[in-house]
Formats: sequence, structure tokens, C-alpha cells
Amino acid sequence: MHPIRKQRLLIVIFVVLFSSAAVGLVTYALRGNINLFFPPAEVAQGKAPIGKPIRVGGMVREGSVQRSDDSLEVRFVITDFEADVPAVYVGILPDLFGEGQGAVASGVLNEEGVLMASEVLAKHDENYMPPEVTDALEKSGYDHKGNAK
Amino acid sequence: MWSFFHKLGSPPWLFGIAGSILRWLLPITLVALAVGLVWGLLFTHPDFRQGNSYRIIYIHVPAAVVALAGYYVMAIAGAVSLIWKMKMADVAMKACAPIGAALTFIALVTGSIWGKPTWGTWWVWDARITSMLILLFLYLGVVALYEAYDNKEAASKACAVLSLVGTVNIPIIYKSVDWWYSLHQPASIKFTGESTIDASMLYPLLLMIVAFYGLFTCCMLLNMRAELVEREARTNWVRKLAGAGARR
Repeated sequence: MHPIRKQRLLIVIFVVLFSSAAVGLVTYALRGNINLFFPPAEVAQGKAPIGKPIRVGGMVREGSVQRSDDSLEVRFVITDFEADVPAVYVGILPDLFGEGQGAVASGVLNEEGVLMASEVLAKHDENYMPPEVTDALEKSGYDHKGNAK
Repeated sequence: MWSFFHKLGSPPWLFGIAGSILRWLLPITLVALAVGLVWGLLFTHPDFRQGNSYRIIYIHVPAAVVALAGYYVMAIAGAVSLIWKMKMADVAMKACAPIGAALTFIALVTGSIWGKPTWGTWWVWDARITSMLILLFLYLGVVALYEAYDNKEAASKACAVLSLVGTVNIPIIYKSVDWWYSLHQPASIKFTGESTIDASMLYPLLLMIVAFYGLFTCCMLLNMRAELVEREARTNWVRKLAGAGARR
């Protein structure tokens, strides 16, 4: 290879490596801010601030959803199977919100550790299958992720 | 081997070869797009939780995949034009940018339309979506930067550096859903291990991804041919071509 071209190639490699390192360090420094939500385990460890707007994400615990009879108030528990965060939300939930499903709630943690949610988003997982397949799985005693029940 | 590279540097030869590739690639791509769309949108089962709204995957995922791959094509062409000062690499780099921007835009818009019924929001500043937005700005930045210079050589140098620096973003987009807690789900199609999308839904998706690669290549070749004719407008071969077109 011609020496001038070799030099240019080295400069190109240097530019790519140097900018990767720079961006890598920035994203590493900001890693806490890039996370969209806290998992309940980190809330339990006290990593989430109290009284400031945060998001908590995880599974909605089976059997935890309680709807109020005379208002749109909903109480539920967000869990990552290590810790639980109870949440209260007033409003309309997305269609895919449900027990045993992923959800991300944004709101403020109060002194009792209850999340006063102002917005609840459903989190979809990466499993796609036709209903016939899930029915067949249910019959044979598996859930939609292929884990035995 | 070397004669091939020398031929690549010749505008009339590149113009001709691009034309003959397009002659068979364009019909195949259009057929694959039509078959994939009809198969995916009409003949697959609805998803067990999302119902029919999941079908946007047949546009969203191919557009996003090819938008990421197209960025590497642009950056590699940029590197070649920087190192070897090859004019045709510069033409290829310039051709990629608007197509990539369009595909990124399609991925963002379809994702947003899917996000509303599924997540309950049009937009959320999570790592995947934000880094994809940065990709759109990078593509648009290359387009704008190229137009900002009067001197083509200076323009291609600046654009090549911008696209090379921007490659950092591609692995970030790809791995964002694994590295951070994001609302966007991880990939369903896995290179290692079993895909978490049912085979009956996967095959039309794979066909659509291949069709979008074909679409990207066709658009890129068309863009390159237009750019070549524009750049070489005063040369004999373009005059001959224009003359032949006028006579026909």
C-alpha cells in the first residue's frame, strides 16, 4: 500500500476508535440516566430518590391489581421477583396492561414507598406467536415463554 | 482483481453495470416486496396479545435493520473515498444518505404508531428510540453537510468524517435494549439461539428484510446513476447517452 494511503487509513482507524472511546466513556458516565426506569430491587435498595419524578418498571404481580368501584383509581404491585413496589394510578390504562405483564409506571415515590403514578405504560416482550400456539402451550402446561408452569 | 477496481473508477463502466444490475434486481425486489407484504399483512395469524397491530413489524423491522446496515455501507464508502480518493466511492456515499434517512424515518413513524396502542404512548425517551433519532439526524446531517460545500472534494471529506464518527451509534442502537432498561423490547430474531417469534410469522418477516435490502440497493444504484450523469454532464459518454435517449 502506498505510504500516504496507509497514513490516511491509520487516521481513519484512529478517528473511529477515538470517537468510539469518547462516546463509550460518556455513555458509561451517564449510564444511570440512560436507563428508562428503576427495577423494584433498586428502589428497595434506596437508589431511587423520594419525592422526585422517576419511573419504575417490572412485572405487574399476579393478583395484585385492585380497581376502585367508584373512580378510575387502580392499585397494583410492580415486581422483579426480588422486591415489590406498590403503585397507585388514576386514569385509563393501556390495553396491554395486565397481571403478569411488563409495565413501566412514572410518578413520585412517597415516604411509605408507594409510587404515586401519573402515567403507566405497558411493556411488550419479544415473544410473538399466534393464539393457536399459546392455546396449545397452555394445554400442555407451559406459559408463552416455554417455561413449565 | 486490480482491473476490476480500476474499472470501478470509470464512470461510464459503473453507470452501465449499475444499469444491468437494476434490470434484474428491481423486478425481483418489487415482487419480493409485494409477496412479503401480502403474506405478512393478510395471511399470518394475529399475535396472541397484540392482535393485528403487531403486523407493523413487517415494515418497522425491515426498515430499521436496513437503516442500520445502510449506515455501514455509507461509512465504508466514506472511508474508501478518504483513503483512496476514489470519486466513485464518494458517489456511493452520497447516494446512501437520503435512503437511510427515509428508512430511519419510516422505522420511527411505524414504531410510534405501534407504540400508541401497545405501550400507551407515541413517544418515550428510551435508549433505543433516542439513539434511532440520532441516526436520523446523522443521515440528514450528511445530506446537509454535502450541500453546504461548493467544492465537491471538501464536501466528500467532511461527510466521510461525519459518517465515520457516526458509526459509533450503530452498535449502541443495536445493543441499547440489552445494555439499559428500555421500554423497547429486545430483538425477537436471534442469531444465536432460538428466535422468540413463531416460525409462521418469521418467514414473511425474513422475506421483507431481504426485500428491503434489495430496495436499498436499487435506490442506491438509481441515485448513483443520477449523480454520475450530473457530474459527468460535459463528457462525451453522457452526451452520447443523452443523444441516444433523444433519438429513441
